[in-house]
Amino acid sequence: MGKIPAAVIGIGQTHHRAKREDVSMAGLCREAMDRALEDAGLTLDEVDAIVIGKAPDLFEGVMMPELYLAEALGAAGKPLLRVHTAGSVGGSTAIVASSLVQAGVHKKVLTVAFEKQSESNAMWALSVPIPFVMPVHAGAGGYFAPHVRSYIRRASAPSHIGAIVAAKDRNNALKNPYAHLHNEGTTVESVLASQMLWDPIHYDETCPSSDGACAMVIAAEDVAKTYEAPAWIHGTAMRSEPTSAAERDQVNPQAGREAAAALWKATGITDPAREIDCAEIYVPFAWFEPMWLENLGFAAEGEGWKLTEAGETAIGGSLPVNMSGGVLSSNPIGASGMLRFAEAALQVRGRAGEHQVDGARRALGHAYGGGSQFFSMWVVGSEQPAN
Amino acid sequence: MRDVAVVGFAQRQMKDFDGSPSMAELLVPILAECYEQTGWAKKDIGFWCSGSSDYLAGRSFSFVSAIDAIGVLPPVNESHVEMDAAWALYEAWLKIQTGEVDTALVFGFGKASAGVLRRTLTLQLDPYTMTPLWPDTVSLAALQARLGLDAGLWDEAALAEVVNRSLTDAEKNEYAVRAGGSSVGELLARPMFADPLRKHDCAPVTDGAAAIVLAAGDRAREANQRPAWITGIAHSSDGLHLGTRDLTTSGSAQRAAAAAGGTDGVQVAELHAPFSHQELVLRSALGLGDDVALNPSGGALAANPMFSAGAIRIGEAAKRIWDGSADKVVGHATSGPALQQNLVCVMEGRN
Amino acid sequence: MTVAFDYTRSTGPVIGRFLTGLRDATIVGGRLGDGRVAVPPPEFDPVTHQAVTEFVELPDTGTITSWTWVSEPVAGQPLGKPFAFALITIDGADTPWLQAVDVASPDDIETGMKVRARWAEERTGSVTDLVFVADDGNAPETATPAGGTEDVGLIVTPVSLDYRYAASPEESSFFRGLAEGRILGQRCPKCRKVYVPPRGACPTDGVPTSEEVELSDVGTVTTFCVVNVPFLGQRIKPPYVSAYVLLDGADIALQHLILDIPAEEVRMGMRVKAVWKPRDEWGTSIENISHFAPTGEPDADFDSYKHHL
Ligand SMILES: [Zn+2]
Repeated sequence: MGKIPAAVIGIGQTHHRAKREDVSMAGLCREAMDRALEDAGLTLDEVDAIVIGKAPDLFEGVMMPELYLAEALGAAGKPLLRVHTAGSVGGSTAIVASSLVQAGVHKKVLTVAFEKQSESNAMWALSVPIPFVMPVHAGAGGYFAPHVRSYIRRASAPSHIGAIVAAKDRNNALKNPYAHLHNEGTTVESVLASQMLWDPIHYDETCPSSDGACAMVIAAEDVAKTYEAPAWIHGTAMRSEPTSAAERDQVNPQAGREAAAALWKATGITDPAREIDCAEIYVPFAWFEPMWLENLGFAAEGEGWKLTEAGETAIGGSLPVNMSGGVLSSNPIGASGMLRFAEAALQVRGRAGEHQVDGARRALGHAYGGGSQFFSMWVVGSEQPAN
Repeated sequence: MRDVAVVGFAQRQMKDFDGSPSMAELLVPILAECYEQTGWAKKDIGFWCSGSSDYLAGRSFSFVSAIDAIGVLPPVNESHVEMDAAWALYEAWLKIQTGEVDTALVFGFGKASAGVLRRTLTLQLDPYTMTPLWPDTVSLAALQARLGLDAGLWDEAALAEVVNRSLTDAEKNEYAVRAGGSSVGELLARPMFADPLRKHDCAPVTDGAAAIVLAAGDRAREANQRPAWITGIAHSSDGLHLGTRDLTTSGSAQRAAAAAGGTDGVQVAELHAPFSHQELVLRSALGLGDDVALNPSGGALAANPMFSAGAIRIGEAAKRIWDGSADKVVGHATSGPALQQNLVCVMEGRN
Repeated sequence: MTVAFDYTRSTGPVIGRFLTGLRDATIVGGRLGDGRVAVPPPEFDPVTHQAVTEFVELPDTGTITSWTWVSEPVAGQPLGKPFAFALITIDGADTPWLQAVDVASPDDIETGMKVRARWAEERTGSVTDLVFVADDGNAPETATPAGGTEDVGLIVTPVSLDYRYAASPEESSFFRGLAEGRILGQRCPKCRKVYVPPRGACPTDGVPTSEEVELSDVGTVTTFCVVNVPFLGQRIKPPYVSAYVLLDGADIALQHLILDIPAEEVRMGMRVKAVWKPRDEWGTSIENISHFAPTGEPDADFDSYKHHL
């Protein structure tokens, strides 16, 4: 028996904000879940299983919070799985939920990912001193900035490419009512004029810290077919590599390249830049757009920044990237990956509102985590896949 | 559904692991043992999945360096659950069912001795209405035990019998950190720790790690002469809040067992019961009769490494199929306070 | 080491109502869809999944449904001495609540016993605002006054856990070397790469590194960033240069600090040397090296370190 075709039939997300002090963790999750269920026309009782994802438990100070959340999330009485694969977790969680359906175990699976960063301080949670390691880290920005410098050097990229990405994503976010940042008037110049936090990364080239959640309902073929515009899952891929290894390529990680290659193979895509209509890529620091364009095979090595510079990644370009405003505009860490996957699904369902890419039929959702060593991605389409 | 079997299993359990929180150096020989059992190498494994906890290790992303033990360049198809490795096994089983891969290796690890375990686990509770009181896990289990005593569902002697049998059987388990049978009378003469529980009613704090190899169809037969075919696997959850569930039964274990096709004909059961009375709760939830051999390994009362103890129950049960001593077995895992989540894995010698 | 943080939790309307009640010395239950009253009120009804919106003020007396004796309390528990945890069904409620009971010994408590709340004088809106005691029928005559006027919407919950850290044997050899002012790497027996610090598992091959290699304390900056941002828990004052330094003879770069040169003059390829702290300040830590400073040699060729980016 082969894989059961599966599709996204419901999508929901919260309004992402720096502090959602109006809700508890349960309230935050339910806001996204209830929207996804309403979109799918289902009740919690009609769902077979729940798959929940979030990043490190130290962010909220609750060990395995899905346990205490089980009742509030309607998971009491049901199978409940908790995924944690660092920053890629939102994507991995959606993939686990998909495999529950594709394996033929369940018909309707609800998946939710969240982070309530305002309960703590992410910089603290990520930089808890580890004896024996020199405490030069300064959160995620301090970790990634040296690799951005390496990219700029290797690709001989002009220094304003990051600012182009940031200005584009911040302007896309103005079209997305759920986005955390709605910074009117962001321009390349204003980004370059913002404070240099982790040189070469400017303040406006970094993601915010957000509270937020995202949820999706994933259903089996026979259920999905009764829906008007399901987003069919054409393929998924996950790959991991070590955090640090001799001669590991931290600019263009092998795990990302191999995950993409596996994904394009699974979906029968031979020329992703032409066959993918739009992509939501996990870009927490602006420079990661050109880096991931190369890593994913949308551009040759060292050429990614040229797509960005030419405006091809803007809505209306040949490969719109991060139509929602991306991680640069909303970053509830555990949910950020799922938001990418969900935006890809919204696009192929034609339901992305003002940030809709005309005629999007196949879209990529992408997430990565850790020190660029965990990757998860999927391709969704408006048509049911042939296989 | 594809035919999938447990074909490899290795474990290490100890009181106090003197090494890094990622336990990569402990996982290296465990994985090597799995390769030896199956005759496989890293390249034969299609999917990897692990289970562990950041809070047990005391730092974010603790699972990240554990995968070094695999040797992850070239990269691997890999995932992680913040749960016992039994649920990692479930995710791997799903992955094989999708047809994307034919083999998987799952592992779990945890260094419980790094902190005060019963206090660390308090962070699993409701952060608004429970954690500020720091109710430790032993106290929660004790509240559950007394409910059953008061209701006449078990008595203290029944608990002591579970302990005595477990610790007697544990004498044959080289990985037990607590072993040595006694008598019901002697056990009952020992002092209370968390009235009505004595220290021996509570699983010992254990460090450890374990790995299990899964394979489909011919790959399974190639790796193991008598694979333990998974004929049913399912899990379920209850709510955490102690006020809204009946703690003397386990609805989630019952549902998981039913969804796994029931336990009729099971000869050996390895139940993950970190407290003696929980074995009684599980036994009835899983519908296991008196003729079923329970926890021949000694069970969690002999060693209970967090985040691998559940998977170890599945591995121990599978071993009884491999050695031909049983034709149908069940491995069970639990997670969360007072048996909140439960997973049931039924395995048979013939598929 | 201690992992400690004061978490700020937004309670949402239901828990907020419950905690506001405690602050005002009142136990508030929530009415469920089936008519039962639950204490504490769940945020969402376990059966209907709807948000709980109907609240019931209850007396501060109840009955013990189950109990245990905490003979060896752990840090943070309510009474600082042995005490009982109990499931207490508040009068008028249908579900039990986990709370602490202050009695002298396990002989002074039993299932079915009546208890009443003993409220703290200073209350913040927390489950620690009260403990239960045996109800002798003599409740205090004066009502406990409310503790404030604003509703409780945000609570601070300190979480502090102590951990003992240990290193793998391979890492330990590295730190013993540092104590002698030496940088010891190890070579992987399979890929022959030299790791510093050594690894319990070579991340490429999954075998421990073994053959010891003493490394120079001179190396090349492969890449770096300038940290200008201060943050909680930071132990070095910004701005500073955080760099990857590829020591001569090693196949993997170490992260460390670059000083003795203006930040804007630090370059990829710059040659640097370890500056050790005074010997009497040494421990078994990478911090025995204060920082790295330029050697003044010509920069390394990009090709010589491009595979380490
Ligand atoms: Zn090696």
